[in-house]
Amino acid sequence: MSALLEVRDLTIRTGTGRALVTGLTFSVARGERLGLIGESGSGKSLTTLAVLGLLPDGMTASGSVVLDGTQIIGASEKTLAGVRGRGAAIVFQEPLTALDPLMRVGRQIAEPLRRRRGVTGAALRRAVAEALERVRLPDPARIARAFPHELSGGQRQRVALAMALACDPALLIADEPTTALDVTVQAEMLDLVDTLVRERDMAVAFVSHDLAVVARVTDRVLVMKDGHAVESGDVHEVVRAPREAYTKALVDSARQLESALDSFGGAQ
Amino acid sequence: MTSSPVLELDSVSYAYRGSEAAVVADISLAVTAGQSLALVGESGAGKTTLLRMLLGLARPTSGEVRFDGDALRLRDREQMRRFRRSVQCVFQDPYASLDPRQQVRRIVGEPLRSLRIASGAAAGDLVGRALERVGLPADAADRYPHEFSGGQRQRIAIARATVCDPRILLADEPVSALDVTTRVKVVDLLAELKETTGLTVVMVSHDLSVVAALCEHTAVLERGRVVESGATRSVLGAPSHGYTRRLLSSVPRLPVGG
Repeated sequence: MSALLEVRDLTIRTGTGRALVTGLTFSVARGERLGLIGESGSGKSLTTLAVLGLLPDGMTASGSVVLDGTQIIGASEKTLAGVRGRGAAIVFQEPLTALDPLMRVGRQIAEPLRRRRGVTGAALRRAVAEALERVRLPDPARIARAFPHELSGGQRQRVALAMALACDPALLIADEPTTALDVTVQAEMLDLVDTLVRERDMAVAFVSHDLAVVARVTDRVLVMKDGHAVESGDVHEVVRAPREAYTKALVDSARQLESALDSFGGAQ
Repeated sequence: MTSSPVLELDSVSYAYRGSEAAVVADISLAVTAGQSLALVGESGAGKTTLLRMLLGLARPTSGEVRFDGDALRLRDREQMRRFRRSVQCVFQDPYASLDPRQQVRRIVGEPLRSLRIASGAAAGDLVGRALERVGLPADAADRYPHEFSGGQRQRIAIARATVCDPRILLADEPVSALDVTTRVKVVDLLAELKETTGLTVVMVSHDLSVVAALCEHTAVLERGRVVESGATRSVLGAPSHGYTRRLLSSVPRLPVGG
């Protein structure tokens, strides 16, 4: 069986020809949970944008990106529109950029539901309420009437997640979805993502600079640096015995920070 | 050994003008030399408001901020000059806190000029020393902020804050915008400055591992109130308040090797 996402020799260049991602090859099987790890400038976010054909103007991608049987590179807007949402959907770091500030939350979630499933009226309102309940938002009727600025950061990110899940994508792409959140809210959000994707056998590409966060929701990781893949493998294996010097530096840094906490013996 | 506090908050409260609800309420904290203090909490807990009052950028609605035992008077120029020389600050975003049109030499030397500590060649020497102390090359002085990475910019900000040898460095989430490998290096730098120059750090952070690495004392804030405070060892090692426990258990951890 072919992979859900097959990226081969992906190179992303700026308008002036500088390569930001070079010769990247990886795949995600149906139901698989992959983490993309890297620091700023590693090209991890650009890679996820290329998967949905969302690269900023002026940037070009070459190589091959096949998502759910559709070649993304060079595809027409119409083809892309058919794949986005159903093949893969994305949640970004900052929910405020993903949400329209002038539109009530309920309408924003209704939009993809109406377009994809063709539901209207009372059925659509029910579907919106269900979508909000699914991401464990309390009082969905109130949330649906709210504008984004009336919600907390954690609630907004749940709304963004509800929008991404609205069309039951085969692949959920999450780009640092918890980086802007408080630590207790982050923990709840990671639990939620973990539960939701397990429940429906959804594949995940989870992008983060934080190894501990990625390890929480993925099985396999791909470590990136300066637009190249450095190393990939089982997340526990990579953390326990990193093969490449760069991965080792990442793991050591994370461990050094943790050890300060552990020295008090309080954290479990 | 007890020494008198350098900075003190005495039952301070702060409410925005026209607002009934206090952002922070009835908080008493003291900063003594050599005992770095962490203010821990989540968004909206009032950490930054406390920091602004400690910096003299906001005046408490009630209560008092004391510096070396005297009430902080924002109009007393002589006192404010002593205060600024003793208490400096570093902010979270190294991209926003440095003027892009000024050479690093000018940025780092700014406190020397405004506090009339040194000028000319003497100032140049102090700037050079400050840059060296934070691990930047000597030629950094002639360059502009955009030529540096995020971690290096934060070093520039730390050089500026320490160029006049302050006793206290107030830091608002000083490493949370940095990548993890850079974060470790900047934490190491701050630890080294504490060690070599006797600097006392007052840090606002939600990152408990950074707090554990740098601060002897910790105060945990929840919705404008201190819910727990004391030695970091006991606050993080044996938290007594439910909120502190929740914060600790929320920290994502690396999988245990095996």
